[in-house]
Amino acid sequence: MVDFSVWDIFRNLLLAARWTVGLSLMAFIGGGIVGALLLVARLSQVKGVDKAVGAYVQVFQGTPLLMQLFLAYFGIALFGVNTSAWVAAATALTLYTSAFLTEIWRGCVASIPKGQWEASASLALSFGERLRYVVLPQAVKIAIAPTVGFLVQVIKGTALASVIGFIELTKAGTMITNATFKPFVVYSCVALLYFILCFPVSLYAKMLERKLHAARR
Amino acid sequence: MQPVAKPVSAPAIVEIKGLRKSFGSNEVLKGIDLQVQPGEVIAIIGKSGSGKSTLLRCINGLEEFQSGSLTVDSKPLLHDNALAMRALRQRVGMIFQGFNLFPHLTVGKNVMLAPRLVKQQAEAPGMEQARKLLARVGLAEKFDAWPDQLSGGQQQRVAIARALAMEPAVLLCDEITSALDPELVGEVLRVVESLADEGMTLLMVTHEMSFARKVSDRVIFMHQGRVHEMGPPNELFGNPQTPELKQFLSSLHD
Repeated sequence: MVDFSVWDIFRNLLLAARWTVGLSLMAFIGGGIVGALLLVARLSQVKGVDKAVGAYVQVFQGTPLLMQLFLAYFGIALFGVNTSAWVAAATALTLYTSAFLTEIWRGCVASIPKGQWEASASLALSFGERLRYVVLPQAVKIAIAPTVGFLVQVIKGTALASVIGFIELTKAGTMITNATFKPFVVYSCVALLYFILCFPVSLYAKMLERKLHAARR
Repeated sequence: MQPVAKPVSAPAIVEIKGLRKSFGSNEVLKGIDLQVQPGEVIAIIGKSGSGKSTLLRCINGLEEFQSGSLTVDSKPLLHDNALAMRALRQRVGMIFQGFNLFPHLTVGKNVMLAPRLVKQQAEAPGMEQARKLLARVGLAEKFDAWPDQLSGGQQQRVAIARALAMEPAVLLCDEITSALDPELVGEVLRVVESLADEGMTLLMVTHEMSFARKVSDRVIFMHQGRVHEMGPPNELFGNPQTPELKQFLSSLHD
């Protein structure tokens, strides 16, 4: 029987961790873009849009991410499109992230006093200008900390992509366990790697929050 | 100064006809007719809930009204037309009870923002204009200050400068001294008075009766969504005709 050193295990997990990072980035960038578009759509006060986006948010917040991954994986295949686990995972996580981010950001925009909208409107600024130059600069400052905080949730959420066969950190851990029969060592390493990924992000979120409170603006 | 009988005299700068506005089933403006001549200073008084702020907010489209017409410079207010609204709002400035300065911009930038965006004003002339306007409201040295470093009275004066930067023909003042400490009211009113002296058309909702009496050409008393009584300040304050106005005026002296 081949003997695996801890380093062997760790090295292989490290390679798989790249996919966790990749999937997280994908979800965050994709989700950020979709979330921002949904936010603007929602704020533009076109009839019905606000309700539609609200329903979208409820669907993704009200169902487990695991189900969303299953549905993306098997659902897209239903339309005859051959999906890889990567595409399904990236799609599901993007939509999931966009729903949460758009809701977080909507709250931040809503916390900007109505007077700011009214004052800028009465100065003849267009809707886009009001958003771009008056409301968003103030909302962004409030949004940074919760947004970065949510990134941690996304990183940990990518672990679920393992169930549809996407080989990232958790899936690699399972596979290595099957080969080495050392579940405790392997999953300890997996947990450690997640921590290494998430801890700096949480730290950064905390730092941003402190900076925000310290700075007057 | 005179309620125009026929549209023969000087064209009104603001013309309101049969304006009705409801919030849900609650009708707050029940048919307002009003003509404002260029350079006229109008004070709108009345109890809270009489619709005076709503009327003011209708004039620059912050509130949508359900029926009637409203023109500024003979151009109708069209809510659904973004370009028309943008043009109208360049002619109508507004100052709010709560100042509403942009807290993420310095005082100078607050004043310069709208002309830069809406009128494509260049940096240098914008800065020069902003400095001039801030000097006019007595805050020349605050150009680089942040709004939260200023007192309420100073913030309100910056808000006035910011509105003036768009060179409006009409200025709407919505209880602009109500949020101020008593000792800061005077500095803001002095600025408004100087604007009136310079010929700015002003419509102000105010609780400062002595100020209204001193500065305005015409006083409008609103009651339950209607213009209940209207006239020169001396007549209105000195010889109120309706029991509602009498009661309102006497309640102020308590």
